[in-house]
Amino acid sequence: MSRILHKDVAIIGGGLVGSSAALALRRMGLSVALLDKGFCGAQASGVNYGGVRRQGRPPEQMALSQRAHVIWPRLKEIIGIDGEFVRSGHLKLARTEAEMASLEAYATRVAGFGLDLELIGRNKLRERFPWIAGDIVGASLCAGDGHANPRLVSATFALAARRAGAEVLEHTPVSHVERVPEGFHLSAGSGTEIRARFVVNSAGAWAGTFAEAFGEPVPLGRIYPSMIVTEPLDVFMTVNIGAEGGGIYARQVERGNCIVGGMRAEPTVDLDFSRPTGSGAVTIMNRAADLFPALRNTYAIRCWSGTEGEMSDRNPVIGFSRTTPNLIHAFGFSGAGFQIAPGVGEVLAELIRDGESRTPIEAFTIDRFARMDQGSPAGSVPEARKRETSK
Amino acid sequence: MSDALRPLIVGAGPTGIRAAQTLVDAGIRPIVVDEAAAGGGQIYRQRLVPDERTPRDLYGSETGKATALHETFARIRDRIDYLPQALVWNVQGKAADVAAGGRTRRLNFSHLILATGATDRVLPFRGWTTPGVFTLGGAQIALKSQGCAIGERVVFLGSGPLLYLVAWQYVKAGARVAAVLDTAPFSSKLHLLRGLLSQPGVVLRGFRYAAELMARGVPVHFGVEPDQIEGETRVTGMIWRERGKEHRLACDAVGYGFALRSETQLADLAGCRFVFDGRDRAWRPERDLAGRTSVSGLYIAGDGAGIAGADAAELAGERAGFAVLEDAGLTVDRARIAVLERKLAAIQRFRDVLEAAFPFPDKWANSVDDDVLLCRCEEISIGQARTAAREQEVRELNRLKALTRVGMGRCQGRMCASAAAEILAAAHGQPLEAVGRLRAQPPIKPLPLGIAADGEAA
Ligand SMILES: Cc1cc2nc3c(=O)[nH]c(=O)nc-3n(C[C@H](O)[C@H](O)[C@H](O)COP(=O)(O)OP(=O)(O)OC[C@H]3O[C@@H](n4cnc5c(N)ncnc54)[C@H](O)[C@@H]3O)c2cc1C
Ligand SMILES: Cc1cc2nc3c(=O)[nH]c(=O)nc-3n(C[C@H](O)[C@H](O)[C@H](O)COP(=O)(O)OP(=O)(O)OC[C@H]3O[C@@H](n4cnc5c(N)ncnc54)[C@H](O)[C@@H]3O)c2cc1C
Repeated sequence: MSRILHKDVAIIGGGLVGSSAALALRRMGLSVALLDKGFCGAQASGVNYGGVRRQGRPPEQMALSQRAHVIWPRLKEIIGIDGEFVRSGHLKLARTEAEMASLEAYATRVAGFGLDLELIGRNKLRERFPWIAGDIVGASLCAGDGHANPRLVSATFALAARRAGAEVLEHTPVSHVERVPEGFHLSAGSGTEIRARFVVNSAGAWAGTFAEAFGEPVPLGRIYPSMIVTEPLDVFMTVNIGAEGGGIYARQVERGNCIVGGMRAEPTVDLDFSRPTGSGAVTIMNRAADLFPALRNTYAIRCWSGTEGEMSDRNPVIGFSRTTPNLIHAFGFSGAGFQIAPGVGEVLAELIRDGESRTPIEAFTIDRFARMDQGSPAGSVPEARKRETSK
Repeated sequence: MSDALRPLIVGAGPTGIRAAQTLVDAGIRPIVVDEAAAGGGQIYRQRLVPDERTPRDLYGSETGKATALHETFARIRDRIDYLPQALVWNVQGKAADVAAGGRTRRLNFSHLILATGATDRVLPFRGWTTPGVFTLGGAQIALKSQGCAIGERVVFLGSGPLLYLVAWQYVKAGARVAAVLDTAPFSSKLHLLRGLLSQPGVVLRGFRYAAELMARGVPVHFGVEPDQIEGETRVTGMIWRERGKEHRLACDAVGYGFALRSETQLADLAGCRFVFDGRDRAWRPERDLAGRTSVSGLYIAGDGAGIAGADAAELAGERAGFAVLEDAGLTVDRARIAVLERKLAAIQRFRDVLEAAFPFPDKWANSVDDDVLLCRCEEISIGQARTAAREQEVRELNRLKALTRVGMGRCQGRMCASAAAEILAAAHGQPLEAVGRLRAQPPIKPLPLGIAADGEAA
């Protein structure tokens, strides 16, 4: 079976980044093909921890993160379900004085961005969050942050894009993309050929090959965070928990299950999937039992993990290609793309419609690594090849 | 060479015990891990506390086989490393994670034989979660290991040879069986005549169970369509249809099941390739006659490798034991292997007869009501699954799990996945294999968060 589709935009990868871009583009009236090699939202976007937090992000991500922040409470209106999003607050714990100092320094650094961080000392913490055990020195609370259900949010963004008229092609891996006079030509699974004026490379951990194909190799690695989930319990964990310095994060869903992460997994035989190691899972379980006495006598019913693309500087690549007009990259979210993805989707749509976005994304250009490698001064890098004006 | 061999056998049922014996006979010391407190597995399960029952009371016509197996296990006991009441909850490369007594440790192995057996296949219908409803296996375990019946007036329902076996065992033990409700038509039993030639013993035994049940006045109904189990806090009755007419019977317990499903999660975690088995209506690990899977050094045998019954389990366990020896370059008894393979092939042919005699209730997936619970751990109804299939265009089982939570709870789909697959396939009129199978995740059964880790053991 062979067919050829003509679209304004072809999006490679139906994670939350690609799906939210597809939806935003449809709302602007552009025609869209959204392609995924599997199911949309079944990779990182569908299996992540579900933390919707701004706290902890570097200053350069703040504008984007704040843009996404206003989208989350509106999910019902945008995709038809609330995605179990709750604005629970995000509480980041400090286990040592040094970690507390680091939380304080962070609060100062991002003071101008409107996160309204509240630093909490040892005694107050005990009073307000008596269900946390252990020797916790203090914490930083970001009351506006929260958590949501990635399984529902990401798949439903893709469904909403389809309902809004995007051509959503699942189980259709893109095998080849090339520049042709009128735009791009894509070859994908089951004989699908696509002609598009714009291409968005939002292929997550797999995006590197597409960047490389256009002469833009990037230091994109893979990480596999592992999660465990407990049986349902009475709700006691009222905020999304993180820890300065890492090692554990935890949230409790309305149904009562606690989801806890903090270790890394390994890829399976099928390299696109990964699975926690036995010792990694037990380590997370033990850490959770130590930190939350309410969990001590409960059971873990499942653990899992996902495949995520990580950049060497832990910032994503977002923006126009430097080699190829009308090619846009958006990948490498380095373990923290769930919260910002809906904002990234809007930014990508703006780049295509307007050639620029009202949200600053300069920090995320793809050639920042080339600059580092070659030691060339930033000023000598050619302007990003934004948008061809011919159409 | 055999010093370096450290085979791990998961399961001490007929399969695991025969595999262990074969290795021991060749001078190898396997590790045997079994969740149960004593060897024997599902069919030859031993009681928890000794009572006045004789082996004959417990195992009936299979007493000889049961005792022989138990004796074998006792004989090799000090030539194996045996870990009872221990759960293998994860397999990764050449190591398994084993939990026992509040601790977990990692066991390295050179070869792995999965002899994990099977459990009842359950199909939901109205009232199936009422207290007093058991699987056939559960009903049998209560009788075998605890010596108690699940009720005073028990109805047995379903399809499969176990239906008659368990009902008969109840009658033998002096319990009152209110009725046996077979979802297959009487005519399907005529297929058994075909089996008389190849496996006369098994067929005649089956006829005897049915005849003795009837002789003791137990009503046996065929072509039954279960409608609902009545009762609020406890089973009070059972309603079904038979040739379009509604029937009702008072009872205080129901034991039911629709044949068996293999326990295959460990094979999945170990990365084995799976194939769809039309007869079992399930995906199972790909394997050769000897039990070799697609993963080198990993073998699967017995009911955990596809349903074939207890006799086949013993043969397949022995065959897998030989396969380990062969693959380790040791000499094996070729003549014995030929006998094993011939017998196994004959049983496989007989399985087709059994499947025709005890067919799966085809109508169930389209006739069961929307408000019946499908996944009891996560409290998801049949209707919710059908809605996801229709409105979210879900066609695949993992996707159904992601979007509805079916199979995401405590049992990890061990109870509900067969039914969910049938519902999903029926919703789109697609073949069962097209909906795929749930990807397994460790731990394959729940683990306490505070479990102590012992690190690596050689
Ligand atoms: C276990 C885990 C926990 C996490 N926890 C959090 C958290 O709490 N908070 C947070 O903000 N972030 C978290 N993240 C990160 C977050 O999930 C990701 O950053 C985000 O989902 C990335 O979205 P994406 O669309 O870029 O990638 P993906 O969701 O991976 O989507 C990429 C898609 O591209 C498709 N694709 C790949 N190759 C091709 C091809 N050739 N043709 C067609 N399609 C292709 C893939 O199938 C995939 O669906 C976590 C990640 C993981 C793995
Ligand atoms: C109710 C019932 C009645 C049956 N009656 C008959 C019958 O009459 N005739 C017949 O031919 N067949 C019968 N069977 C089928 C029976 O299961 C098999 O024929 C036979 O017991 C299969 O032997 P096996 O060794 O493969 O598995 P099993 O006997 O089931 O043994 C598997 C063993 O592995 C253990 N195990 C499984 N997973 C793990 C793990 N992860 N970690 C540690 N241990 C594990 C189990 O606890 C069990 O002890 C019955 C099955 C059931 C459910």
